[in-house]
Amino acid sequence: MSVDKLKKAMCGVLAVALYLASGTVFAALTDMPLNLTRGVTETSQRVYDLHMIILYIVTVIGIIVFGVMCWSIFHHRKSKGAVAAQFHHSTTAEIIWTIIPIIILVAMAVPATKTLVFMEQTSDAEMTLKVTGYQWKWRYDYLEEGVTIWSALHEDSNKARQRDPSIDPETVENYLLEVDNPIVLPVDTKIRILTTADDVIHAWWVPALGWKRDAIPGFITDNWTNIKEPGIYRGQCAELCGRDHAFMPIVVHAVPKAEYVAWIETQKAEQAASAASANKTFTKDELMRKGEQIYTTQCAACHQAEGQGIEGVFPSLVGGAIATGPAADHIDIVLNGKNLMPAFKEQLNDAELAAVITFERNKWGNYEKITAKGHADVVQPADVKATR
Amino acid sequence: MSYAAVHDDVHHDHKPTGIGRWLFSTNHKDIGTMYMVFALIMFFIGGAMAMVIRLELFQPGLQFVDPQFFNSMTTVHALVMIFGAVMPAGVGLANWMIPMMIGAPDMAFPRMNNMSFWILPFAFALLLSTFFMQGGAPAGGWTMYPPLVLQLGDGLPFLIFAVHFLGISSIMGAINIIATVFNMRAPGMTFMRLPLFVWTWIITAFLLIAAMPVLAGAVTMLLTDKYFGTAFFDAAGGGDPVLFQHVFWFFGHPEVYILVLPSFGIISQIIPTFARKPLFGYASMVYATASIAFLSFFVWAHHMFTAGMPLAGELFFMYATMAIAVPTGVKVFNWTATMWRGSMTFETPMLFSIGVLFMFTLGGFTGLMMGITPVDFQYHDTYFIVAHFHYVLVPGIVFGIIAGVYYWLPKWTGYMYDETLGKWHFWLSTISVNVLFFPMHFLGLAGMPRRIPDYNTQFTDWNQIISIGGLAFGLSQLILVWVVIKCVRGGEKATDQVWEGAHGLEFTLPSPPPFHSFTTPPKVTEAMAHS
Repeated sequence: MSVDKLKKAMCGVLAVALYLASGTVFAALTDMPLNLTRGVTETSQRVYDLHMIILYIVTVIGIIVFGVMCWSIFHHRKSKGAVAAQFHHSTTAEIIWTIIPIIILVAMAVPATKTLVFMEQTSDAEMTLKVTGYQWKWRYDYLEEGVTIWSALHEDSNKARQRDPSIDPETVENYLLEVDNPIVLPVDTKIRILTTADDVIHAWWVPALGWKRDAIPGFITDNWTNIKEPGIYRGQCAELCGRDHAFMPIVVHAVPKAEYVAWIETQKAEQAASAASANKTFTKDELMRKGEQIYTTQCAACHQAEGQGIEGVFPSLVGGAIATGPAADHIDIVLNGKNLMPAFKEQLNDAELAAVITFERNKWGNYEKITAKGHADVVQPADVKATR
Repeated sequence: MSYAAVHDDVHHDHKPTGIGRWLFSTNHKDIGTMYMVFALIMFFIGGAMAMVIRLELFQPGLQFVDPQFFNSMTTVHALVMIFGAVMPAGVGLANWMIPMMIGAPDMAFPRMNNMSFWILPFAFALLLSTFFMQGGAPAGGWTMYPPLVLQLGDGLPFLIFAVHFLGISSIMGAINIIATVFNMRAPGMTFMRLPLFVWTWIITAFLLIAAMPVLAGAVTMLLTDKYFGTAFFDAAGGGDPVLFQHVFWFFGHPEVYILVLPSFGIISQIIPTFARKPLFGYASMVYATASIAFLSFFVWAHHMFTAGMPLAGELFFMYATMAIAVPTGVKVFNWTATMWRGSMTFETPMLFSIGVLFMFTLGGFTGLMMGITPVDFQYHDTYFIVAHFHYVLVPGIVFGIIAGVYYWLPKWTGYMYDETLGKWHFWLSTISVNVLFFPMHFLGLAGMPRRIPDYNTQFTDWNQIISIGGLAFGLSQLILVWVVIKCVRGGEKATDQVWEGAHGLEFTLPSPPPFHSFTTPPKVTEAMAHS
């Protein structure tokens, strides 16, 4: 190999090294994301420190090993007149480079084991939050308080993430990382977090808390967290859960304890009011207005904004057999689900169900078809309650 | 040479002609060629799917495809690349080289060899036909986790039967390789004189026989859960969705080594040739490979730490995973020691092998990081793991296969390939592959989950860089196609030895070799085997 080629080869290696180095520096200067968050819990900070220790160790090993390789590549080349030695084994060397890695690995395993043992201590929790994954939203139950929160992708993000969106994703604050109902958790409280799922496997992950855990139907796994600083922490589902896996974020508002207690009281009052509304009778206008909101957050992900569905996967509601058929069948399928259609009886109360069913039966020209067939166009909470 | 011998040679070199030569082939070289061509086609089909993924991820928002189709792209990209490109390429190289390396005329079971190849096009026809079916192509990830995978429409049984066929094909290939190496070695070719490529393939073949039936069992349970009312994985029926993950990864982790070991074997042939120095630590290479294969059966749950398991389980799988770093380290050190004080030249096969050495090691480091359970709780299912396994699979395994192709191409065709084009291919691939995969580490650490068609705007810049790298890497591979076509058509004549430092029985045969490799078995001595 000529000197010219050697130069070329060196340029190549240098280019790669420069790319990696400059990329890192450039990213650091321009706020491009680079590293794990240190987070706001004891766990996440221990995990971060462990991550950095291992990163430094492998970097040092890498520099040594790659250094030896590079030295050899530059010096032991035929074009420099190198004559090949003919040694082909050395028991001493082989023992050394088996023992040293073992020592390094043991050194890594010790802090790793300590952190793991720390993370598994789920006892002595002061409160329990149960997280249930659904396609494609989260349900949170504050078990001691009897409060339930449903949390789905925020409306703006939902509009911006459609094909031919009505809002540009670049203009949406916290695009895909904002929800309609964020959960509120108190700081300085050991919170036990149970994860499970209703349909397929999801994973609940807020990086600032330092872990993720799969939410598995039929299983309840337990974890814990203790948030040190008030703030808003965002995360996403981290296990492929179907079409809208990317669109079920998690938002945690960590607040001082007093604020949390006040929030819980508000939630309780709202739930009581909502339960009371199940016994009311609404006008068609009221139902249609409320129904449209619910349709957008609960139904549009599959049946699409204009009810047209997706051929072969999600049926169209425009003139559909159910949407223009007897009201009882319509109520039944929304309540109990069928195949890919989830059951909404846990997720929505009678008033909400009545509203969204009424909306679907009157929108997209369905009203004309229904009246022609002689079926009911308006569904009241009482009708839903009777079917339950 | 006597008349009889000449006559005999001519007789044996009488190739069948036309399409029948390929359809009914029982010749290890022709079948090897078909495997390699098939793998190359699949590499481009899988690559096209990767391009769709990178196109959609070029900016936030959904511009080109529906999320469901995006999920199909990630799923089928993986299945095509693993089962269609990398595994057949490995088997193709084994078919071409093993008989020539051990001094045999052909593989032990030529007809089974034919069948194991011809199953593949049918299996992939089944798999790819699902794109035209009600409910679309598989979109639940290549890992096929229930209950999600059971939501697939008409494509599910096609996916499952495709996996069955691929398994049958692989097992037949593995049986053939084991039978060939165990029974058809030339006199004097003892096990500890086998070239490393042959060794890595025997071990791979045993892994295949152990692992593929497990996968077949797992997908069969999916089939009965969906259509025959069983509840293996349905919690409502007393089943366990996590059981599938355990069974799948009991296959899946050995599968990782099924993919990588042949590549290790290839570079263990190439580095000594171009360092003009014997492989350092031959015996420890064999033992390290066997240890890696053995340990690979005890680490499966590190793929599912976040599914939740008892502390003791987490610790066991963490320690077992870390232990794999030891034999893997031995291999890397041995390759480095082989280069040390050699007299190296840097033809394309050597460049790609050095690429493997650097970039596989990088993937190994991130692998070690992810083996540490508490930090894996953060890395898992993010772009960090995507970066890790693509570093291992692309510049680790695919580069190894490409190195093997450049190394043996003159032997196969009888002509030298275009060295300048080869170097262009290497440098463009190496630069673009790092632009493509290195930033994925940053994205994953910063919190971007994998398998998503859309992302928060903070991730835009890196995704654009990655997409550009992806396009450049994809286009660079067209150079390989051009080099191969050019080399098949002609060029400078290759010598029998091809490379100055090459050793081994395959380099005692003419270039190109006769249709039936060794009709008279050669005699192998210690000096020939390890020099």
